[in-house]
Amino acid sequence: MLTKRIVPCLDIKNGRTVKGVNFVDLRDAGDPVVLAKQYADLGADELVFLDIAATLENRKTMHDMVLKVAEQVNIPFTVGGGISSVEDVDDLLHCGADKVSINSSAVKRPELINELSKKFGSQCVVVAIDAKEVDGKWLVHLAGGTIPIDIELFDWAKEVEKRGAGEILFTSMNHDGTKAGFANVALSKLSDLVNIPIIASGGAGTVQHFIDTFKEGKADAALAASVFHFGEIPILELKEELRKNNIEVRL
Amino acid sequence: MKLTIVNYGAGNIKSIQFAFQRLGYEAILTDNPEEIISSDKIIFPGVGEASSAMTKLKLSELDQLIPQLKQPVLGICLGMQLMCNHSQEGDTNGLGIFDVNVKRFSNKVKVPQMGWNTITNLKSGLFKGIKEEEYMYLVHSYYAEQCKESIATSHYEFDYVSALENDNFYGVQFHPEKSGAAGEKLLKNFLEL
Repeated sequence: MLTKRIVPCLDIKNGRTVKGVNFVDLRDAGDPVVLAKQYADLGADELVFLDIAATLENRKTMHDMVLKVAEQVNIPFTVGGGISSVEDVDDLLHCGADKVSINSSAVKRPELINELSKKFGSQCVVVAIDAKEVDGKWLVHLAGGTIPIDIELFDWAKEVEKRGAGEILFTSMNHDGTKAGFANVALSKLSDLVNIPIIASGGAGTVQHFIDTFKEGKADAALAASVFHFGEIPILELKEELRKNNIEVRL
Repeated sequence: MKLTIVNYGAGNIKSIQFAFQRLGYEAILTDNPEEIISSDKIIFPGVGEASSAMTKLKLSELDQLIPQLKQPVLGICLGMQLMCNHSQEGDTNGLGIFDVNVKRFSNKVKVPQMGWNTITNLKSGLFKGIKEEEYMYLVHSYYAEQCKESIATSHYEFDYVSALENDNFYGVQFHPEKSGAAGEKLLKNFLEL
C-alpha cells in the first residue's frame, strides 16, 4: 500500500535555516544539510526547503545548498521560493532537487505550469497554494499569504491540475501558525475535486491533528515545521501513532 | 569497476550519481557508445515522458546499443519502462528487452502515484538482504503489467510489476537512489552482481 507521507519543511535564508531548530543535539542546527540528514534518519518521508528570501544575489547560495543536500540525503526533496522560469527549474533539477514548488509565479503566469510539466514531467512540479477563508470563500493569496487575489482555491486547484501540476501543496492561512489542526474540510473537498496528491500544510500542533488530516482531510501527505523542529512531535512516535490508527506509514 | 550512467538528457541523474558516491563509487555520466560498451555496470535512468525520451535515445542511436549490452544494466523508473515492449504513454515502442507492456493507472486512484510503497514477491539477487514488504520511493503514472520476468510487485489500484529481470537486464520502477538505506542496499547489490 502507498503510505501517507510526513514532510518537515525547512525555511532557508542565505543558505541557512531560519527559526530555531533544537530537536536534537546538532553541532550546527542552522546547517540545512545536517538537519536534512538528521530528518532522513529520523523517519521523514520527504523534505521541503523553502527559500524565504529568494533574490537573484543569493541564488548561487541556494544552488550550493541543493547540491549538498542531494549529495548527502537519500530521501526525496522539494525546493521552493523565487522560482519563476523554466531556467530556474532546470538549474535546481541539475543540482539534484527532485521537485520544485512554484506559487506566485504560477498565479501570475499559469502557462509556466504547462511549460514545466512538458519539459521536466509532472512528477517534479508542485504547485503551492496559499489560501484563506474569507466570508465562506477560500481566496488564493500571494506573497507569503499577505495579498488576497480574486481567484478561488478550488477553481485554481482544478486549473493547476489541468495544466500539468503533479502535486498540490495547500496551506491554509487561517490555520497556519495556530497549532489548532489542519483545514480538513477544505482539504477533503480538494482531494475529491482533483486527482493528484495533496500535501496538507498549516495548523499542525498534535499527533491527533495528523490523524485527522489523513482521515477527515484525505490528505496524501502532511507538512509541518515547528512541531518537528522543536521536537514537540518526534517523527517516529508520530508514525507509530498513525499506524495504530490504521493509517499506512513507512516505519 | 567502471560504472556508467547513460546520459541521454532524460531527467535528474545527479541523484543517482550522488547515491553511488555515498557508496564509495564514482559513476561516469555519458552518452558515448564506447564508454558505455567498456563499462562493467550500466545504469539506464529516465524521468519524464516516454515518447520524447525514446526520441532522444534514437537520436544518439542508444536504442540500438542498449539491447545488445552483455554486462549488467539497471533501468530506473522511465528507464525500466523504456526497456519494455510498448508504453501507452505517447504510444511509444520500447526497447523490447522485457516482454511486457506499460499502461496508465486509471483515474480511480490519484495519478501519479507519489510516495513510499512496499515491494513483495522478491525474486532476484538484486534484493539480497532486502526484506519482503520493504518500502521504496515511487513517482509514476504508468506501470508494467504482471509478467513472467517480474522480480517484485507492488500494489496501487491493483498488483503491478515494480521490478523486472531478463538475463543481464534489470529494471526497477522505484527510485533506489531516493529510497533511503534499502534503496542504497539495492544499488550495492547491483554493483556486486
